[in-house]
This record gives sequence, structure tokens and C-alpha cells, in this order.
Amino acid sequence: MAGFDKVVSSYEEAMQGLKDGDTVIAGGFGLCGIPEGLIAEIKKQGTKDLTLVSNNCGVDDFGLGILLQDKQIKKIIASYVGENALFEQQLLSGEIDVELTPQGTLAEKMRAGGAGIPGFYTATGYGTPIAEDKEVKEFNGRPYILEESITGEFAIIKAWKADRYGNLVFRHTAMNFNPMAATAGKITVVEVEEIVEPGELAPSEIHTPGIYVNRVIKGSFEKRIERVTTRPST
Amino acid sequence: MALSREQVAKRVAQELQDGYYVNLGIGIPTLVANYVSDDIEVMLQSENGLLGMGQFPTEDKVDADMINAGKETVTASIGAAIFNSAESFAMIRGGHVDLTVLGAFEVDQNGSIASWMIPKKLIKGMGGAMDLVAGAQNIIVTMTHANKHGESKLLESCTLPLTGVNCVKKIVTDLAVLEVKGGAFYLLERAPGVPVDEIIEKTAGKLIIEGEIPEMTL
Repeated sequence: MAGFDKVVSSYEEAMQGLKDGDTVIAGGFGLCGIPEGLIAEIKKQGTKDLTLVSNNCGVDDFGLGILLQDKQIKKIIASYVGENALFEQQLLSGEIDVELTPQGTLAEKMRAGGAGIPGFYTATGYGTPIAEDKEVKEFNGRPYILEESITGEFAIIKAWKADRYGNLVFRHTAMNFNPMAATAGKITVVEVEEIVEPGELAPSEIHTPGIYVNRVIKGSFEKRIERVTTRPST
Repeated sequence: MALSREQVAKRVAQELQDGYYVNLGIGIPTLVANYVSDDIEVMLQSENGLLGMGQFPTEDKVDADMINAGKETVTASIGAAIFNSAESFAMIRGGHVDLTVLGAFEVDQNGSIASWMIPKKLIKGMGGAMDLVAGAQNIIVTMTHANKHGESKLLESCTLPLTGVNCVKKIVTDLAVLEVKGGAFYLLERAPGVPVDEIIEKTAGKLIIEGEIPEMTL
């Protein structure tokens, strides 16, 4: 009886079932709070024509950026891709399609997708290029555009702690998009720093309830920092 | 003389009021945090999910899980809260953030702003800027008055792809402080030593000058 034991022991098992052409929703903000081992596994499996939904696309040699090296990504839906030269190259040469999406709209698309809400109206982007071909509706005299929600075959998540039920706790700003992404995957896979005993996480401290989570794997993380900024210690 | 980046930030900091929740964009806006008066309490929002952004950490306190929207390592101030991206943008889109300060390529006399894309040249993405300009109660833009070719960035109508329409209320440039209302730029203050004529010459959009224009106090 597996019951609610969602812990898997290999990355292969964690990403089992991922196919060419799938949509993968990834948590993370820049390189902060990204499922490093799950991304590496996708690279290893060599799955192609993926649609990736993530705030950013990593950097050239780390994070989601490594999936660009073997041209595994067909399309990316992101708010900011400025850190990645390889991405810009593939975009300009037409090898990859990009749908730049405002950050708040992206978060809401994931949230709504996971909550069974197919679309929503927002003032964000009205009158800008991203509003092209989108329905406009006025509420209380202000125009809003219709945005459609997002779900994916897979969601890949990074959390701090999980129990075998898939209950998750995130650490500091490594939370970012992870809780929304976790709700929007048909199969949600979480890579964590620590798997704790059942009951160790207090019910009221859980950020993401295990109902959204299908698989949990204990990873090890490099946690690369994009910009180390410090003040002198005096 | 035209203001330095630090002086622009210093002038913008005067716009912050006690009890404000403020989002500061990347570049000059980030510097504003260095000039907040000790007499007031403000809370800085970072859209990756931190309300109450503190100083940079000392070297021994650097934590990869603790960054700001510019992907720099930071600390949380006392009274801070950390939350997910949807919550962060609920604050922004729901109009709970009092003031947003951000940079721009162009602003026009109707308060529309272009800040995220130069076709065929710069395609990085808008990040949270479109949400911020659509949601904040008040928006201040900081930028140089003219580009490096001497062409005005305060226009009748923006030429670059827009970030938002009719949303900018105030602009602080290296030459002047201007208010945007009723389809025109109103000159409020000029940088010390900068003649009004220079501002007229470098403002392409409709500029309204009422009475004597005071110099900024820095």
C-alpha cells in the first residue's frame, strides 16, 4: 500500500511520464527556489518540444537555461528573460517561441489554472502590445483585458521541507512562484532539501497542502546566487 | 547642472511619506532607499515576495534563499513578511502599494510609459512593470530628460511599445520635476543651475510653465 507516500527515490522515477510536446510549469525566481535536479533530469532524458512556463529561463549554464543547450524548448511563457544570451540567440533565429507575460498575470494564470478558473480580467497590460487580440471589458468605467489561465502536464517545484504526504514548506523568498506552480500541474513533482517525519510539520505552517503534490524527491542543491550584494560588517 | 543619479534618487526620496508601502524598480529607483528620511517609516515591497526589504546582508549572512526582485541578496527588515508571487501581485494589482518608482525609456504627456522593449534591439521582458503601473496608487518615473543623442524622452506620444497607459503622475529627471495632468507636463521644479530654457528645449511634449519655477532643494 503506497497510500499517501509520495516519496520517490530516483530522479528518473520523479520525472517518469514526461513526453515530447508537454507543457512544464516551473517554480523559481531567477535562480532562487528552482528544482535543480528535476531540470537536470529533463536535460538527461532529452525530451523535446517542451512548452516551459516559468518567470525566467535561468542563465546560460544553470537553471532552465541548460534546456536551451540541446534545444529542448519549443516555447517559453515568461516575464523576464534578460539574463540569458542563449535564449536571445534562439529567439532571434526563430528556433524558440516566446510569450512574454507580465509577472503578476503569470502568477495569476498559474493560480487560476490550478483553481479551475479558465480566465480572468486584469488591468495589467491594457493598451500595450500584450493586449492585442484579447477581449476588453469595462468594469466601473475602467478597461480590463481577458487573460486565460495555464495548466501543464507537469509542474516542477522546489521546496524546503516536505513530509511523505506531500505537504510543503518553503524557505524565505525561495517560495516565489512555487506554490502556484504546484497547483497547476497534472503531475506535480517537488524536489526538497529535507523530508521530515509525518506530523513534524504543524498543520498551520504548511504553505502547500499535499493534495496538489504527486511526487516528492530529496535533492541536493548548489543554490547559485545571481548577484551577491553585501554591506561591510562594522 | 544636471543631477547625478544619486541626486535624482535623493529628490525622489522626498516624495515618500510616513507609512507608505513603496515598490522601487531597478536602477536609480533602487538608490532611493538610501535617502529615506530618518523621521519617517516606510516599507519597501519587492515583487518576488518580500514586504519589508532591509539592507544588503553582511558577508556572513548571505543567503541564496533571500533575494530581491533584482536578484540581489538582501535581508528582511523588522516587521517584514514573505509570501508567494500571487500574493505579491495581489498587493500590487489590488492597489495596496502606495507608490511605485520606476525607470523608463519614454513618457508622454498623457502619462503613458514605455519602459520594457526596444523592437529588434532589446527583448528582455516586462517583469512586474506592467502590473506595477496598472496597480499602484501613485507612479513616479525617474529617467534622464533626454537620451544620449540629446533627444527628448518626454514626448507628445510614446514611440516605443507601451508598458501602461495614462498612469504616470510625476517625473523626476536629471533636469526637472514635472507633474503629468490634463494631457501636459507641468514644470514644478528645476535642477539647481538649470535654466528653464534648457528644459523647454529638451521637452518634446506639451510643457506648461506657470510663474517662477523654483530650484530643487537637495
